[in-house]
Amino acid sequence: MNMTDYIGALPEILLLALLCAVLLVGVFSADEDRNAAYWLAQFALLAVFAANTYIGARTRLVLFEGMYVRDSMAIVLKNFILAFAIIGLVYARDYLRARRIVSAEFYVLTLMAVLGMMVLVSAGSLLTVYLGLELLSLSLYAMVAMHRDSAMASEAAMKYFVMGALASGLLLYGISMLYGITGSIDISVVRNALADGGGGPIATYALVFIVAGVGFKLGAVPFHMWLPDVYEGAPTAVTTFIATAPKIAAFAMAMRLLVDGLQPLSSDWQLMLTWLAVGSMLLGNVVAIVQSNIKRMLAYSTIAHMGFLLLGVLSGNTGGYAGAMFYAIVYALMTLGAFGVVMLVAGEGSAEADRIQDFRGLAQRSPWFALVMLILMFSLAGVPPFAGFWAKWFVIKEVIATGHVWLAGLAVLISVIGAYYYLQVVRMMYFEQPEHMEEVHASGDTEIALSANGVAVLLLGVTPGVLMAVCIAAMRG
Amino acid sequence: MIPLSNYLVLGAVLFCLSVAGMFINRKNVIVLLMCVELMLLAVNTNFIAFSHYLGDLTGQVFVFFILTVAAAESAIGLAILVVVFRNRRTINVADLNAMKG
Repeated sequence: MNMTDYIGALPEILLLALLCAVLLVGVFSADEDRNAAYWLAQFALLAVFAANTYIGARTRLVLFEGMYVRDSMAIVLKNFILAFAIIGLVYARDYLRARRIVSAEFYVLTLMAVLGMMVLVSAGSLLTVYLGLELLSLSLYAMVAMHRDSAMASEAAMKYFVMGALASGLLLYGISMLYGITGSIDISVVRNALADGGGGPIATYALVFIVAGVGFKLGAVPFHMWLPDVYEGAPTAVTTFIATAPKIAAFAMAMRLLVDGLQPLSSDWQLMLTWLAVGSMLLGNVVAIVQSNIKRMLAYSTIAHMGFLLLGVLSGNTGGYAGAMFYAIVYALMTLGAFGVVMLVAGEGSAEADRIQDFRGLAQRSPWFALVMLILMFSLAGVPPFAGFWAKWFVIKEVIATGHVWLAGLAVLISVIGAYYYLQVVRMMYFEQPEHMEEVHASGDTEIALSANGVAVLLLGVTPGVLMAVCIAAMRG
Repeated sequence: MIPLSNYLVLGAVLFCLSVAGMFINRKNVIVLLMCVELMLLAVNTNFIAFSHYLGDLTGQVFVFFILTVAAAESAIGLAILVVVFRNRRTINVADLNAMKG
């Protein structure tokens, strides 16, 4: 261990230091709105973003005796995680203030979850995977329960906690088996040992548990039970955060464990992921149709999108992985905007705007944000020329290239069914009369961020090649 | 000397018991938390057995990390339990049903 190790992990060390500063500011400031904690948290995320972008070589670095890997995939994914956390905090601030649940702990927990995600993305050993995952999950459980007087939020937190603990337990059991077979917890050593010895049926046994753990974190069928309840019950600001950055981290976890570590067993996990993907796409899109709560509908839409993301991973080649990475980033961007609009419509009062009917006549109340929501909904549905279309296009292209034409056909068919419930929201906004004409407005920075979010989805749809080139470069090393 | 397989069977049995406990239990949330702990201990048994038979210390170090994280996890779980009880005056699993569909 030497100085380069610490320089390579500097973004994480910086985040930890600034996180402690936010905690102290929260304790000592008497301000009700927690402005100091908010701005310090935003500064922390920006500083870490800069550190992550500019410090260190762009080549693959293996630090701390193989515990920690800093490659270009890690750098790109961390940057997106940080960026989405920054935008998520901007959206969350008005919402939390209006409901009087703003606390410095919210910002501290957000930063801790981001730290957990960064560790997870850079994991080089099974122990680092576990620790990053737990730091992320434990922060999220506490964030869901943050609204202490809400019976729904506490119930959601309890369900999330039990399901999350079960998922960690399954993953750990798989890890213990892998350790037994290979005698190491270093991901690259595990890979070489499996490639030499094959591993036999016990390796496949371990693999089942690891796929189950990854499936839980992504929210793929049949490990999706927690997702709708958590999305519905949690305060929308927390739902926004859970729905975006952690999905990118879960994708990275799948890459580290399945592609980096268990590549010798790829034919087994490709088969398992195929069924997870088919189940997720079917159940997510069909059950979303009957939902009347928009947060719950977006939860089922998440399940469906995770199915599409898995299509990219199961293709088993660089193009597929890059497609899945593109999907994870675009999905997080779209969902961030959609929940941002949900919080915007909820407005200044303590009420939520989580029924789809609350969007009735939004086009008359606020033409611009109705248009932003329209872009996001079309993009989520996969209508060209928006970014969501290209995300689906890249993964389906790779699925066809690997010869699973039936799977690609099924995916296209299911996404057509899925378009129905997104267009339902658009119909509500444009072809129904509003219940009241109360103006929709928020603070300036929220409005700017939300507009930029909508425009970004449109621009990425026009020039998908830019982001795709970044993803391919990241996957090549 | 006790063969490795005995420990692995013990670990597997404990693991299955804890998973079954989570799904069968409809009465009390505290039992769920106990099942979570039992699950992690099953994994620890595996790690220690492997560590001993491989003559490699990594597994035992891993166990220390699991124990630490498990302590943090129970703290958060119990805190959530208190919040649930304050809002609902019950910790019956079957009563956690405000959200469905």
